[in-house]
Formats: sequence, structure tokens, C-alpha cells
Amino acid sequence: MTLFGWGVLKGMGVTFKNFLTSYFRKPDEGGIFTVQYPEEREGTAENYRNFPFLVYDGAPEKIRCVACGICERECPPKCIHIEMELDAAGKPARKPAVFDIDYGLCMNCGMCEEVCPFDSIFMDHAFEVAAPERQIGLVRHKKELLKSNEYFREIRPALASAIDQKRKAVEEKKKAAAQPASSQSSGGTGSL
Amino acid sequence: MLEINFGPQHPSTHGVFRMTVQLEGEKICGLKPVFGYLHRNHEQIAENLPYAAIMTYTDRLDYVNALSNNFGYALTVEKLAGLEVPERAQYIRIIMAELARIVNHIAVIGFMLNDLGAFFTPLLYAFRERERILDLFEAVTGSRLMNNYFCFSGVKRDLTDANLAVIKKMILKFPAFLEEFEALLTKNEILCMRCQNIGILSGETATNAGITGPVLRASGVNYDIRKVDRYGIYDRFDFKIPLGQKGDVYDRFYVRVLEIRESLKILDQALTQIPQGEIINKKSLSILKMPRNFKPPVGEAYGRVESPKGELGFYVVSDGTPQPWRYHVRAPSLINLTVLEEMCLGQKIADAIIILGSIDIVLGETDR
Repeated sequence: MTLFGWGVLKGMGVTFKNFLTSYFRKPDEGGIFTVQYPEEREGTAENYRNFPFLVYDGAPEKIRCVACGICERECPPKCIHIEMELDAAGKPARKPAVFDIDYGLCMNCGMCEEVCPFDSIFMDHAFEVAAPERQIGLVRHKKELLKSNEYFREIRPALASAIDQKRKAVEEKKKAAAQPASSQSSGGTGSL
Repeated sequence: MLEINFGPQHPSTHGVFRMTVQLEGEKICGLKPVFGYLHRNHEQIAENLPYAAIMTYTDRLDYVNALSNNFGYALTVEKLAGLEVPERAQYIRIIMAELARIVNHIAVIGFMLNDLGAFFTPLLYAFRERERILDLFEAVTGSRLMNNYFCFSGVKRDLTDANLAVIKKMILKFPAFLEEFEALLTKNEILCMRCQNIGILSGETATNAGITGPVLRASGVNYDIRKVDRYGIYDRFDFKIPLGQKGDVYDRFYVRVLEIRESLKILDQALTQIPQGEIINKKSLSILKMPRNFKPPVGEAYGRVESPKGELGFYVVSDGTPQPWRYHVRAPSLINLTVLEEMCLGQKIADAIIILGSIDIVLGETDR
């Protein structure tokens, strides 16, 4: 039979030990574990996903998105709205005229990123997206959603470089396929 | 006799849950659980979505351990469509599900002690460890809580060697934390007096009411779906099922502590056995890319997993279209709540809080 209250005292000993070690141990070994946000920040993991954004190459006009609407259709909470741009002749220009994402609706699932066949929409790392007004502030339009490929490379280096390589390979293949055809049509030497 | 309402905004109800309690003095002579405050139409939403998109909503059922929900739903649809899972993906699934179990159990015992008045010290010690696992979840799955990590016949991202090293380190350190945690409270006289012989649930009542999970095992019934069904590859691991004797609050608390130790054992074995290989069946990659083209054959399937709260079952009926014709969730939290009155009758009103805490409910799953 142990003394009544001995368990309580032992528990207090644990808290006292933790109190002391928090001053001189490393965070991983029982030290202070908290981070003083916003003065201190922890980096985000590469796979971290928050809200979607659109990637462009070089200039914002060279947007990768072709307004196919797959993400709009597959988005589970239906937070994406796309309208195709029409050229002078009234034909679809394969570019979005309107691309809105309602951040208030988005549930950060990452399905748009998975289904996009044009490597155009990806999940961002920016998490400080507070806005004062729901209808206006949280509905992000094309202009705010567009971010450069360099930014994408910065936040998700492994994925971005893999996609860059894939796109480069596809482009070279296209060029290689276009070259013989063009040389043939121009009455070339027929290097077949 | 006095009738009072506990909740729905009471902090100890773990969400928006209401109990209508009839009191005689301080003694409870009647209790009626009232739920539905967090009803979000989960099943109806799912019946209008492609199979792959439902995965994102299963995260929101039991938001403390989304990976178990993912596991259950993935198992069900794989059963329905007859999909195979590669070896490495099987191991990754077990590793993630067991980590989720640890997250859930340390959170629930932390909150339970909080309800008892061990105010925030044990909870924050538990959350410190939980945070390490959540950081790993963020690095692997992309999100701390809403993981959306499983897909049909595989998982979405591979565990890198660095991730595996982090898990290994965590497993090595975890027993020390558990010992500290037990030294902090399990022998504490006040805790023992508040928990022992409170809210006793007999094994017979529990079995009749369909109770599952740690609540059932604390009542001494040896029933764990990991052992009964041996879904996934649980048959390859050597682990024990901790059982309680009395079925009181203390047993439910301690069974969870012991289950964490068993989970650590499974993790240790899984980490040594995990093979190299692909993480998703090549044939199923198209489901990710084109969710609407995935149409399982006409039929029905019921898949279940041992989620940290009990038997989590998914019942899916397919009529050959991209959306399920019927989708139903057997939520352990809801069914475990049905014996709340039996456990609370004759107890003091202050004990109702801790009895509710020991059942471990999550309202996202209860109300759906």
C-alpha cells in the first residue's frame, strides 16, 4: 500500500521536470515546442497544399490553361468558374476569359491539380489569404490567381522540374514531328 | 426532478452535441442524446459525386483521423470494383492508418483528462507528440488533417526514405513519452477516484448494442476487426488486443494507452518489412485523371475497418453509373453513443461529462 497522494506528487514531478527542461533542451528533446507566429515561421513541406493557383510561362498572357473546364466539372464543392475567351471571329480561343475560384468554398482537396491534363492548376503554399468580405474578398479572379512558373519552381521544386522536363520533351517531339512535315510540304529534298 | 440541457454549446460535449438530462438532486435518472446539429448531408452529397471525389468528403467524417476513413472507403470501392493494391501501397496504408490511430488516441485521452479537470497540461503534452505526426502527414499527404491521401488501389504519394526515417525516429521516442504520460496521471489518486467504477458498461450490453472499438474492448470483449477481418495486410503483423476488465471509464482510458503501444509494434514491423515497388496500380491511374470514367460493375459492397473509434463501415451500391446509387456510412461514434444512457444512469451529473468523453465521439462522424 503506497501513501495516498503519492501518485499526485509523482505527476507533479513530471510537470516540474518538463518546466525545467523546457528552458535548456532542444525542441525535439523536450524543449519549448511552440513557434511564435508571425514573428517566427516554420517552412512548409513541398507537398503542402492550400488553395489553387494558375501557372503561366514567361508572361501572364502565356497562360497554360486552355479553359477546357475539366477542373470546373470535377471540383467537388464546385468552387471554380471558367468562361472561354472568344477570338475576333467568335471562335473559342482556348484561353480563359474568366477564371474565378471561390476561396470561401474551396476545400483544399487538390482534385483540380490531379485532373488537369495541361499542368496548369496547382495547389499553392500561401496560407495568409484572409479577406474582410466574403463575396468580394475571397472570390479570386484570374488576375490574382496567375502566378509565374518561377514561383511554382520555388515552392514545389521537385514537381515543377518534373513537369518542366515533361513539357520540354513534348515540345521537342512536336517540333521533331513538325520539321519533316514542313520540309516536305515546302518541296524539300525529301530526307526520308 | 430537474431536466437540464447539456450542450449543444457546452465545451465538454466535444462539438455540437446535446444531452437532455433528468436529474434527481445530482443523480442522473434519465438521459437522452440529441444529435444532428452538424448534419451536412454527407451521404446525399456523395451520391451525386464520382467515386474518386467522395474520398475528399470522407476526410470530413472523423476529422481527427481522416486516414482511417480514407482507408475504409478505399477498401469498399476496391471490393466493389475488384481492384488490386500493390505490396508497397499496402504497407504505406498500414503505416499511415496506425499513425492516425496514435494521433486519435493521444488526442482523446488528452481531451478526456481535460474534461476531468487535469486542465490542459496532459492535453498539451499529448498535442506536442501529435504535432510531430501531423508534420509528417503534411510532408507526405499535403495536409495536416484533411489528408485525402488514399486512392483506389494505392496511395497518392510515396513515402520517401526521409519520411520513413522520421517515422522510425518517432517510434523510438514514443515509448518514453508514453511512460512520462503514464507517470503523470495513471497512478494519480484523484484520477482513479473519478474514473474507476464510473460508467460501467457490461460486455453483454455492449455486444447487444453493437458497440465496437476501444469501448467494447474495455468491457472485456475480444473483438477487433484488424484480427477478425484481417483486412489489408494485418495478418502479417504480430500484435495483441488489449482488453479491459470492468468496462469503466478508467479501463477505456487505459485500453487506449495500451493500444498506442500495440500500434507502435505494428509500425515497427511494417517499417522493417516495407518493400520497394509501385504505390498505385498502373491500371487505376486513370481513375485519378478521369474520375467520371470510373464505373464499377453493378453490385454492392460493404467494407469495414477498425477505425480508432470502432467499426467504420462503408456500404456502397453501384448501378453502373459514375456515381454510387446508395452510399451509407456506419459511423462508430453514433452507434457507441446509443449506450450513453445505460452508462450514465445512477451516476452523478459531473460524471456524465467524463463518460461521454470516454466514448470518444466526433460529431463530424456522428451527424455526418
